[in-house]
Amino acid sequence: MKNKLFSGQVIPINRDNVDTDLIIPKQYLKSIKKSGFGPYLFDSLRYNETATLDSTKEREEDSSFILNKTPYRNGKILIAKANFGCGSSREHAVWAIQNYGIDVVIAESFADIFSRNSFKNGLLLISLDAQVIEDIINTTLKESEYILSIDLESENITKPNGEQISFSIDDSYKDRIINNLDDIELTLRFKDEIKSYESKMRQNKPWLFGNE
Amino acid sequence: MNNTLYDKIWDEHCIRNNDDKTSLIYIDRHLIHEVTSPQAFDGLDIKQRDIWNQHSILATTDHNVPTINRDKGIADPVSKLQIETLRNNCKKHNLQFYDLGNVKQGIVHVIGPELGMTQPGMTLVCGDSHTSTHGALASLAFGIGTSDVEHVLATQCLNLKKEKNFKIEVNGSLNPHITSKDLILHIIGKIGTSGGTGYTIEYAGSTIADLSIESRMTICNMTIEAGAKSGLMSFDQTTHDYLKDREFLPSAKHYDQALKYWETLKSDDNAVFDRVEKFDASDIDPQVTWGTSPEMVVSVDDKIPNADSINNQEEYLDTLKYMGLEPDTEIKAIHLDKIFIGSCTNSRIEDLRQAADVVKGEKVSSNIKQAIIVPGSGLVKAQAENEGLDKIFIQAGFEWRDPGCSMCLGMNDDFLEPYERCASTSNRNFQGRQGDKGRTHLVSPSMAAAAAIKGHFYNVKDFMNEK
Ligand code: SF4
Repeated sequence: MKNKLFSGQVIPINRDNVDTDLIIPKQYLKSIKKSGFGPYLFDSLRYNETATLDSTKEREEDSSFILNKTPYRNGKILIAKANFGCGSSREHAVWAIQNYGIDVVIAESFADIFSRNSFKNGLLLISLDAQVIEDIINTTLKESEYILSIDLESENITKPNGEQISFSIDDSYKDRIINNLDDIELTLRFKDEIKSYESKMRQNKPWLFGNE
Repeated sequence: MNNTLYDKIWDEHCIRNNDDKTSLIYIDRHLIHEVTSPQAFDGLDIKQRDIWNQHSILATTDHNVPTINRDKGIADPVSKLQIETLRNNCKKHNLQFYDLGNVKQGIVHVIGPELGMTQPGMTLVCGDSHTSTHGALASLAFGIGTSDVEHVLATQCLNLKKEKNFKIEVNGSLNPHITSKDLILHIIGKIGTSGGTGYTIEYAGSTIADLSIESRMTICNMTIEAGAKSGLMSFDQTTHDYLKDREFLPSAKHYDQALKYWETLKSDDNAVFDRVEKFDASDIDPQVTWGTSPEMVVSVDDKIPNADSINNQEEYLDTLKYMGLEPDTEIKAIHLDKIFIGSCTNSRIEDLRQAADVVKGEKVSSNIKQAIIVPGSGLVKAQAENEGLDKIFIQAGFEWRDPGCSMCLGMNDDFLEPYERCASTSNRNFQGRQGDKGRTHLVSPSMAAAAAIKGHFYNVKDFMNEK
């Protein structure tokens, strides 16, 4: 399947430094699966009490948190300020965002490891200028229903009023998302080169292979 | 030549340059723990792929493990399953694994260097962002996510984009009782938590050269809190001395050849950096974070900043509310509930010695509900017990625990209850990091120790003078 067009309600998170502890707290990292994290996205902000992976108790939501309000609850595009995804390397943060049903995260900037994890999972990250973000966040908070349409191929976002914003994204990132590629398979095309590098190193730096 | 240390290690490991500005980089060492690996092993199984080089791997359990009553096993079935999953994966693939009960078990970033698995000039990865720690031994080390863990297992490589070079030069002597933890907190306070994003940071200057490897590791460890994935320091005599007699070092047959290579591991005199910042170590006081990001940091003799000095008002007010603090409060007036000395930032023998110096002959203040010391590894624990440090701590009223990540992230039973306030030697003060609604203040081991005795923050310099 080709993923090129994304469209949906915007969920504004009006802050810098949204860290991965906030996106998914540690108690859920005990899972050995990649799925099922959606209910725990932004857990500490979303509910009035904590939970564990094996608890089945229905929890009371914190009605002041954005994800608990309509229409944000069914949003598909998360938008925040600078340094989104900082902190722990937990890929569970990306899985939680995707498991919840969010396809795109827009921010002023992203932390490095989070970017890489997103790339690996085909979660689309878009960086925009602070002013543009500020505008979208403010309008979304005012008008609540606010739908963006994103065309990855032409690197273009259409606002509800028809206004266009262009963005730029790495070709490899784009290709990765559109074609849903298997990175390991791509790398293994260079198997022979890896092997010959290794045998050279066995000569040059034998101690690295000394414990074999 | 004008290459940086980063350039050199990069070039040495570059197999090919890809079309998309990434390069295929060979990975020498892969450290594994229970939390970020199960899905990676599962991915291998699904695709029926083999592990490329088992001998490059070292596995242990740390994040999730109990630090008390280990003989009783793990009560929480979810944690137990995660640890059993790692145990089974290691067995199945024949990997070097230090399980609970083995004296070599410990926090992955403590045991790597301690066992000599981390060596100069290596590329080293782990599914954990504090992998930057290992850069103190002149190895290019960085954290990766689970997909990358799987990628390294299957290919021994990663496709990476080269980062820019950032040099942080620190000169001058640290004052007595000021540690490398204070230095790195001070640096993060200045350059910010995204100041290093997109860079590899090399630390240089006379202050760094004078530090022990353990103190250097504390700095490299927290490099990720400045936004850079790797922190590096050049190889020198101190590195050489530290490595001596570590278990997994090159054999006698190859040692001289290895040493010759290691001695090249420094930036050239004319190396070109994209960015350079300089710091003076002599004017740094003990640091305490007051907020929910490591950059929110002041000296212990200062006050909580007031609104005039802050750009993002909304975040500032949120932070103070979360932390339960008022503007202009004296840091020394902040009372604490718990004390945590541990984590991959500050749980090595030197850290414990510093804390013990402060604690010796004193008693933990009555308002402190719990004060725990969690050594970074079984070997650190054994060494500390040899030196009698455990007795000093226990007599003062601290709990002496088994090695693991513990209250650094509170995945096991060691965590903060809502609204509890903790002086912690760990590296992150994010909301909920040490427990839901818990309040974290990051400090050095000796500052945490002084806070335990006083019941509130106190300048450890004064504490030691008055002692
Ligand atoms: S001690 Fe803390 S920071 Fe270090 S590896 Fe463990 S959880 Fe991560």
